[in-house]
Amino acid sequence: MKLTDISSDINEWLSGTGPLSDIVVSSRIRLARNLAGHKFLSRCSAAEKAEILAKLKDVLMSLDFGDEVFYISVDKTSDLNRDFLVERHLISRHHAAGRGPRGVVIARREFFTAMINEEDHLRMQVLKAGCQLSKCYEQINHIDDMIEQKIDFAYSPRFGYLTACPTNLGTAIRCSVMLHLPALKMTGQIEKFFNAAKDMSLAVRGLFGEGTEAASDLYQLSNQVTLGVSEEAIVSEFEGNIIPEIVEYENAARKELLSKKVDTLDDKISRAMALLQHAHLISSQEALFLLSHLRLGINMYEHMGATTPALKRLRDLAGQHRDKSNHVTDKDKGLSIATINRLFMLTLPAHLQLNYGKPLDTTHRDALRAKIIRSALNQET
Amino acid sequence: MKETIGKPESSIEVIMLCQICNKKTATIHLTEITDGLRNEMHLCERCAVEQGIAAQGQVSINELLSSLLAVQPSDEELFEPSEGEMSCPQCGFTLDKFRREAVLGCPNDYEYFEKALLPLIERAHNGGTSHCGKIPSKTPQQTKKQMKLVNLRQQLDAAVRKEDYESAARLRDEIKQLES
Repeated sequence: MKLTDISSDINEWLSGTGPLSDIVVSSRIRLARNLAGHKFLSRCSAAEKAEILAKLKDVLMSLDFGDEVFYISVDKTSDLNRDFLVERHLISRHHAAGRGPRGVVIARREFFTAMINEEDHLRMQVLKAGCQLSKCYEQINHIDDMIEQKIDFAYSPRFGYLTACPTNLGTAIRCSVMLHLPALKMTGQIEKFFNAAKDMSLAVRGLFGEGTEAASDLYQLSNQVTLGVSEEAIVSEFEGNIIPEIVEYENAARKELLSKKVDTLDDKISRAMALLQHAHLISSQEALFLLSHLRLGINMYEHMGATTPALKRLRDLAGQHRDKSNHVTDKDKGLSIATINRLFMLTLPAHLQLNYGKPLDTTHRDALRAKIIRSALNQET
Repeated sequence: MKETIGKPESSIEVIMLCQICNKKTATIHLTEITDGLRNEMHLCERCAVEQGIAAQGQVSINELLSSLLAVQPSDEELFEPSEGEMSCPQCGFTLDKFRREAVLGCPNDYEYFEKALLPLIERAHNGGTSHCGKIPSKTPQQTKKQMKLVNLRQQLDAAVRKEDYESAARLRDEIKQLES
């Protein structure tokens, strides 16, 4: 199993499907665990880290995930591979930049990954497309049970699962949803979202987790409180209250665009189409920004039946694709959300270079990115 | 009476260099009033963070915590003056280290430093101080045994560092036996 086996396509959780997928792009649940009888990583020698790594790797690789699993030694792999794993959300930036023996176990379909020796000995996550936190929890809880049959985690009846940082103590769970909120931004109401998150003690991060800025109107919303509340309660609070509230805000903003600000909406979508169809150099940031507007446009006509002049043109563009591509697989069919997500991920710097087969400087990357996007939107060959 | 007023400013009219590193622009301006005497400090974000005065612009929770701990004026009220230097018998970790790194040394630290950690835990978890979530299906091993293992591994590290391979081999066997 090589990274290039997965780098030329998107993962399942970016397929643009699942409940509420016009706003909730994906759901993720992460659990943090530490082995009993070992120190936390900040106090571990390289030898102890290697011992922890070997134990966890053996256990994880012996489990039945219903999918092929493979292991990557994060400390030994190249910088480009590490960047790729971060872009792909398979490891965190912290893990990529860490020191000493560390690795990641990945299920081939990428719904599951387990980072070994990140901040805690084990940080594993399950990801799914759309709003599916309960299913994520069900699956990761099952995996956690299987691991606990083979190994003991540091746990105290009083504080629950013991983590290196007290902020993760207790359930050590982090529920996150990746939300696409372009209309709140366009209508100048994104503060509403930030305030709601703050009121509910939730953290908002950019696309690539802690410390990254919100690119492409994608925000990760996650819980901060992990002690004194059960896993089920956290998940059901997200699904029952938090997500519906934010989805309602974004939907109201989308309706406002259609009823009062059609010119703003059409201008953004037309500009995005024009630039993406014709530009010869596009930076990663610009691509994320413009593709976000196309994603909004497609969702507005697919989910709301909206038909503004720009949306009609976008729809025609998508329609042309469908006519021409009767014989190709689903993933190539027309300008779907999956196509947008695909362009979005495959044009990130490390993806570009890994798929090209060698390192490229910024200008060459910008040119290659523009070419890939042009050919997808114009059906060039 | 010591009072500290600090606030990061986003729009500064006059560009001022950090008075510690003298290299970067000072973006944190601090006015400290001690016994009625006013003292101003102008620092760049990095030096302010190093001094434990401010958190970085894009703060991770850990960094925020660590800075929260660092600026706590009531350290001495919270724990005895020497408590910052008290070290966990299992891993040798101290609260001073926790203040710098924001991560603990071993699971036993939660018990050993409980008094000092509890206010922080409470704040981080909206008042929550005890677990009410998943309980491992398999009863966890005795805490004492876990602590002993941490301790033995600590001794093993020390023995390897001192190149005392005889002790290291003995400790390794002991760990293996305890684990099986």
